Amino acid sequence: MTPITAGKLDKELGVQSAALVLRMQRVQLIASNIANADTPGYKAVDFDFSKALRAATGDSSARAVTPAAVEPSLTAPGHQTGSRSAYAGLSTDYRTLYRTPAQPSADANSVDMDLERARFAENSVKYEAALKFLNGKIKTLLSAIQG
Amino acid sequence: MSLFKAFEIAASGVTAQSQRLNATASNLANADSAAGPGGKAYQARQVVFQTAQLDPKDGRVQGVKVQGVIEDASVPRRVHDPRHPLADDTGYVTLPNVNVAEEMVNMLSASRSYQSNLEVMNTTKNLLLKTLSLGS
Repeated sequence: MTPITAGKLDKELGVQSAALVLRMQRVQLIASNIANADTPGYKAVDFDFSKALRAATGDSSARAVTPAAVEPSLTAPGHQTGSRSAYAGLSTDYRTLYRTPAQPSADANSVDMDLERARFAENSVKYEAALKFLNGKIKTLLSAIQG
Repeated sequence: MSLFKAFEIAASGVTAQSQRLNATASNLANADSAAGPGGKAYQARQVVFQTAQLDPKDGRVQGVKVQGVIEDASVPRRVHDPRHPLADDTGYVTLPNVNVAEEMVNMLSASRSYQSNLEVMNTTKNLLLKTLSLGS
């Protein structure tokens, strides 16, 4: 797995492109929550964005939250690894966490539709923000190249 | 690109909710279809939702699918109406076990969820289009 901050260009765009990928993945997770709002037994998931971003950009203090550190031990042949699969080629891996529901529901589903929609809107605004920053950086680079 | 997967997830939600809406429509339409002495009364149908793994490599991408349609096993309504052409020897007519209030609630819930999924699709589409014009 090559880290996202590899080349010089990547270094220039580093944090914002990692943020963009993570925001994209968060869109996916929240879309899953909204799609499964009526599925019995479904548990709403999310991840800690700032920790994931720090891990993605190589902050050593955030390494402790990556799945490798909390892998459960396999003591019998039938056991499966506890970590959820990582995205191939990207070091923007994150650990999904379950939301704590504000109130219990009869079908054990923990999706709070209002909360999810708010999070979805927040996440898409921040995605656009990252996009804007990235756009600005690309424009700066372009004007440096073209003079 | 994982934004396309968000599309797929929302699409699976829309499909599942529209199936639920279909079942509700069928139940409401047949709420009063009386059954004769020999014939079985219409039984209310309910869809059962289940999470669906959309990407075999990534367990985090979870859509929703209709696992199956079950027939409500609760007892049918029996109404005493001896003048009804379909009444049995005791003067009772068998009516479907559709609970109209429950179906209305089901319909509202399904249409709200449908709308939320559509909103996700719309927002994702906007984000995708903005991403496409990156750097221009």
